[in-house]
This record gives sequence, C-alpha cells and structure tokens, in this order.
Amino acid sequence: MPKVAVITGNHAVAYGVKLSRVDVIAAYPITPQTTIVEKLDEFVESGELEAEMIHVESEHSALAACVGAASAGARTFTATSSQGLLYMHEMVWWAAAARLPIVMAIVTRAIAPPWNIWSDHNDILDQRDTGWIISMAETNQEALDLVIQAFRIAEDERVLLPVMVGLESFIMSHTAAPVGIPDQESVDMFLPPRNPNKPFILDPEKPISHGNICGPDCYMEFKYYMHEAMANARKVIYEVGREFGKIFGRTYEGLIEKYRLNDAKAAIVTTGSIASDAKEAVDSLRSKGFDVGVLRLRYIRPFPYEEIREELCSKKIVIIVDRNISLGSHGILFTEVRNALYDCPGKPEIKGFIAGLGGRDIAYFDFEKMVMKAFSEAEEYGKIILPQEWFGLKHTAKGAG
Amino acid sequence: MGDPITVISKPTIGASGRTGFWRTFKPVINYEKCTNCLICWLYCPENSIEVSQGTVVINYDYCKGCGVCVNECPFKAVDFVLEGEQNA
Amino acid sequence: MVTLKELVDKEEIVYPGNAACQGCPATLGLRFLGKALGKNIVLVIPASCSSIIQGPYPYSALKVPVLNIAFAASAATASGIWRAFKKKGRRNVQVIVWAGDGGTFDIGLQALSGAAERNENILYICYDNEAYMNTGIQRSSATPPGAWTTTTVTGKKEYKKDLALMLVTQGVPYVATASLAYPFDFIEKLRKASRIEGFKFIHLHAPCPPGWGFPPEKLIEISRLAVLTGMWILYEAEYGRLKLTGPSRHLLSKSRRKPVVEYLKMQKRFRHLKPEDYERIQNYVDYMWDRLKGLLEGSDGS
Repeated sequence: MPKVAVITGNHAVAYGVKLSRVDVIAAYPITPQTTIVEKLDEFVESGELEAEMIHVESEHSALAACVGAASAGARTFTATSSQGLLYMHEMVWWAAAARLPIVMAIVTRAIAPPWNIWSDHNDILDQRDTGWIISMAETNQEALDLVIQAFRIAEDERVLLPVMVGLESFIMSHTAAPVGIPDQESVDMFLPPRNPNKPFILDPEKPISHGNICGPDCYMEFKYYMHEAMANARKVIYEVGREFGKIFGRTYEGLIEKYRLNDAKAAIVTTGSIASDAKEAVDSLRSKGFDVGVLRLRYIRPFPYEEIREELCSKKIVIIVDRNISLGSHGILFTEVRNALYDCPGKPEIKGFIAGLGGRDIAYFDFEKMVMKAFSEAEEYGKIILPQEWFGLKHTAKGAG
Repeated sequence: MGDPITVISKPTIGASGRTGFWRTFKPVINYEKCTNCLICWLYCPENSIEVSQGTVVINYDYCKGCGVCVNECPFKAVDFVLEGEQNA
Repeated sequence: MVTLKELVDKEEIVYPGNAACQGCPATLGLRFLGKALGKNIVLVIPASCSSIIQGPYPYSALKVPVLNIAFAASAATASGIWRAFKKKGRRNVQVIVWAGDGGTFDIGLQALSGAAERNENILYICYDNEAYMNTGIQRSSATPPGAWTTTTVTGKKEYKKDLALMLVTQGVPYVATASLAYPFDFIEKLRKASRIEGFKFIHLHAPCPPGWGFPPEKLIEISRLAVLTGMWILYEAEYGRLKLTGPSRHLLSKSRRKPVVEYLKMQKRFRHLKPEDYERIQNYVDYMWDRLKGLLEGSDGS
C-alpha cells in the first residue's frame, strides 16, 4: 500500500475501513456511494481484507445485518446515501438505542423527487435525532482519518454509540486528491480489537435477551443513558483526535475547526467540503480588508454548543450557510447555532443562507457575496432584518415566502 | 449496580408473574387412571407440567388452565374443574 | 430417531409464567425447538407475539440468547449474526429466526428472499397463526380464504400465499412444513435442517385460540385436523425435491382426506361461511394437492 496516493473520497473511506480491520460489511449500492462498496469488495475478494461481505438486498437489510453482526461481537461497517439512508431510517434509530458501535459512511446526496444524485446535507442531517454521532469530513484525507477515529470513538466504553462519517457527493466521493494512507501497524496501535462484550453479546453460554418490551416506567432512563453517552462523546472525540495526531501527525482538535477565526469580526459557519470554499472566500475578503473567519462544524452530533459560544459570542456578525432546509422552519445549522448563541451576553447579528441544495455549486465567490450581503444589510439597517435568505435561486415562484 | 445501558433482559421463571392466577378452570390429574404416557407433558404449551421420577406433576404456580392436557390425554385421566372447586 | 424418553431428559428453553395466552402455539413450538436443538442457539425474533411472550424487561422467558429486532429485518439480522459467528470461528452456534407470518410473508419477505438467495446459513422458522395476531387479529397474506379478521370482517377474499412452495421453487437447501400435532415430525425436521449448512425454512402451523375462535384446549386437535383434512400439508424439500411426510403421505387420494368443513366448523373465524364457501375452500384444497402431485412426480421423492 502506497504511503500517499491520489484517491477519491470513497476510496479513502474504503482504505480507512480496511485499515480498521472490519469483520463484517453489509451494503447495498447507491450512487454516489457505490465505489466505497466496490473497493471494499475488491479488498475482500483479493484477501487484503479478511472480512465477511454481505451483499444485502436493501439498505434496511444492510443496517439490520450490521446490527446482527455487531450484536454477535463483530466490528461492522456500512455506507449509503439519500434514499438508502431514508430506507434504513428505522434501523438507524435501532442501532443507536441498542448502543452498537457501528460505523457508517454517508455520501451526502439530495433526496428525491426529483432524482438528484448531487450533494446536499438533508439526508445526513435528517438523522440528527437518532442518537448517532454525526461527523462531516471536509477533505478526502479527513474522510479516511474519520473512519478510523470513528471506530475508536464508537467502541469507547464511555460512548458505545454508532458513528456516521459524512462526505459530499461527487465533490469528495468521486474527486481524487492526495491522501496519506496510514500503515497498518500504526492503525493497530491506535485502534485495538473491539471488546465484543460491550454493550452486550449473543452467547449461548451467557444468554440474554435484547429489546424486550419496556413501558413508561423504564424507557426514559435508556434515553437518558444515551444522552449521557453523547455528553461523554464530546470528551472522547477530543482525546481521540489528539491521540490520532500523536500517532499519525494530523491532529483533529475536537468538534469544530477554526480558520482565521480568532481575530475575526465576522464568522462563516458551515460544514462539509464547502468549508474549503468558505476558507478561500475568507482569504480573498481578508485581502480586501474584511476580518472574516470560518468555523467549520466537524461534528453535528454531539452539537458543539460550548465551542460555538466560546468562538462566536464575541463576533459582530455570524453568517451561517446551510446546504439543507428544514421545510416549514429554517436551515438546520441556523436553528442550532442560533440556539447556542442565545446565551451570549452580547448578541452577535446572525444571518442564515440556504444554498447549494441538490448539488448547486457554492463557489468561493458565492461565499464572498453572502458575506457582503450580510455586511451591507447590517450596515443599512443597523442589524440583520432578514434572518434567513435563499441564495442562488434562479427564480422565485410568486407567493413563496 | 445500575441498569445495563441498553435494554437487556435475563432468563427468568415467571417473567409475567404467577400466571396460575389466570386460571378459570384447573386441570387435575387422576393418578389412578394416569399411565405416565407423558402426552400431557409433551403438549403443555406453558412448560408447567413437570416429570418427576417418571410421574407427571402440574405446576399450579404457572399453569394457565388452557386444558390442552385435558383434551389430549388418551386415558381421560385429567379432570378439568372450576378453579376453587377442586378438592385436594 | 426421536424418542419421548430422550425429549424428557432434554432441558427446556421456555420458562413457564411467560406472557403467552392460554393454549398458545408459539410457546409450544419454542418448547419443541429447544427439545430438538438444545441451547446452543441464538434466536432472532421480529415484532410478533413472541416479542411480547418473552415478558417485559428485565425478564426473559427464554433460556437462550434472543435478539429482538424490527419487523422487516429478521432474515437480514440473522444473516449478520451468522457472518459474525463465521468470522469469529463460532460456526457451531445455530442462528435461528423465530418469526410470525406477518414478519415473514409480508413485511419481512424481502429480507427473507434475499437471505435465501445468498444461501445464508440460518434456520428460518415461521410460526404461522394466519394473521397479524400481536396487533389484534388483522389479515396477512397468510390468512386463509374466508377467514374473519378485523380487516376482513366479511371473510378474506384472497387465497393464502404459499410461501413455503415459493421457497421450494427457489431451490434452497431445505424447506419443510410442520404441525404441533406431529411433534416428532417437527423435531426430526428441525434436526435435519440443523445439519445442513445453508438456508433452511420451516413453516409451522400455529392455531391461535383467540384469533381463530376456538377454546384453547383444542389446540392440538385443530392442528391435527388441519393435516387430516389436507388443509395443512406436511412435507419437506431438499433443493426443490419434494417429499410428503407424516400422515400427509397417505392423503394424496382425496377420499382419504377428511372434508375441510370438519376443520372449518371448529373455528369462529369461519362461522359466517355458507355451503358455497365450504365448497370453494374444499376445491382449493383439492387443487393444492393436485398441484403437489405434479411436483412430486418430477422429483426423487415418494
């Protein structure tokens, strides 16, 4: 295996899975995830990865098979997008409440109808209530690194929650970039074998039953334990990211990433690979005298409330770019970030943009435009009067709000 | 020791309590007719008939009074009496 | 050869005092399963009566490991467990699905067909009480024609999906039908299946006292009558080669079969049927047997 290879995000994920010595993979193809599964199949059939590969007949069965395998003590992985993710939604809830440390790659893709295979974030964000830890990669490198970290985080006994690794459709999944591929020995040092007994194991020697009926008198506590695990995950994510840095030379400092943020007066908040474009926009704006920075959400769950408050309460303007929309409400990140900033002693102005749905491109100059729009509105009215705007629409239907 | 973190249950007798309370009618073995053929034991849906040294004994803590043993006994050796009316 | 003595000495896997109704076929079926295969098994139980029969957290009425799972997912979940055991070198633990007709014929059919096609090494047992009993007696595709359910109050118009036969023609290693009235036949089939590596399916007839409307004590009597009238056919098929078993071996000739009306009259769910309905059902049963003859002739079986 080469040390640095120019590979797509999907292949990077496949290498991450291989290095993590996964036992059982169950997956169903969907564009743009397919090349993850195809690469893994190559690894398995060539013997490079000793794993059981289950070519299930649907995504619901893919995650069901992972739940079964994980309950029998295996380290498991699956991947999907959009329609497939929605199809397995019931099992997404199941895996989390069963506390199984499954890792799943989500190649974020718009939801039909109409059919659209390009990127937006509604599919992965639609899972935000389920109890999964949700991470979003910005680069192919981070995608690979996140897969390995994901198993560590998921299997940590303080956590025991499944983890999603998101990467954007085509921009990352099918675009090749240089990626440092860690060596197996280092990964083995970082990621020991899974303790098959946690949270439970199916073993005739010690029979237990999982998932019995449990009424109003006992359900809530189980949800609370998941809530506690999410709280623990914040700490574990930092620990794991730092240790990863020690072994592999690339440190991931927790739930957010800051770019030229400390002395900035305004911040762009976003997630995924479009953050790269936001960073380019920041460089351009800075050269024109505007002190802007980027706060990238590396994790959507657990949601980085404290980090956001710490970094953004003192900013004058916060510009949140959502590549998603919660219809009937606002962009999802907008809602959650604004919620986090409610407790700020002095309130920053907050402007949200809905952009890039269905894979519509958001280039660095689009970010620049959004920032300038926010600035000019704030200047003209003394504050932001339109908290949420749709950016880049070709036309608006009459009567649309 | 707290709850397990997810819903794990352990094998337990009487998981739904003393289901003997469900009975309206009660099967009573007439040991004079009983030949220990074990058909009642075989067909008991509740596993509440025990075989003790070749003899069948009904476990009344859990027997729900379904009557399958009464119906299947080839020798009509099991009486089905109203609960509370049976003599020892 | 199965003997009563051997069965008596074998440990039970069902604890009494569970949540099953009086005269429940599911608990009896599980008892036979335990007697056949012992405790070195893992059960996958989708949403069904058996999910509740186990009793509430933190108690389980079953002495073997159970993974309760979502309604549609059992065959896929079982596939995952088997593959994990295979990877970990625990190939001697039997992975068994214990599902109702709802989770098998309808919502679970996709996963079942997928697991069958992949020839996953699992034993899938469908205990068929011919309706969605756990949710209060709604029709399923396994509900027989004419039967009352809460969603077919004037009697089901459609016929019963013949899932076992579908799997026979899919050519999986082993398909069998079974009846609680013929426990030794059931136990032998379970044991035979457990010795095969690959996908196995056993379809167990499970008469439900509250759902079908008969007194619980008649559980075995009705199971027996289903076989003797020919409404439930006992057979096994290895790679599509079908062979009758038990009393069904002698029922190819219509005159040897009891008239179906004897079976139908014992159940309240058929109470509203008229003579023309009995005839329709009798004709359908005769047709099922005729169809079977065609399958038998082309096979190595008797």
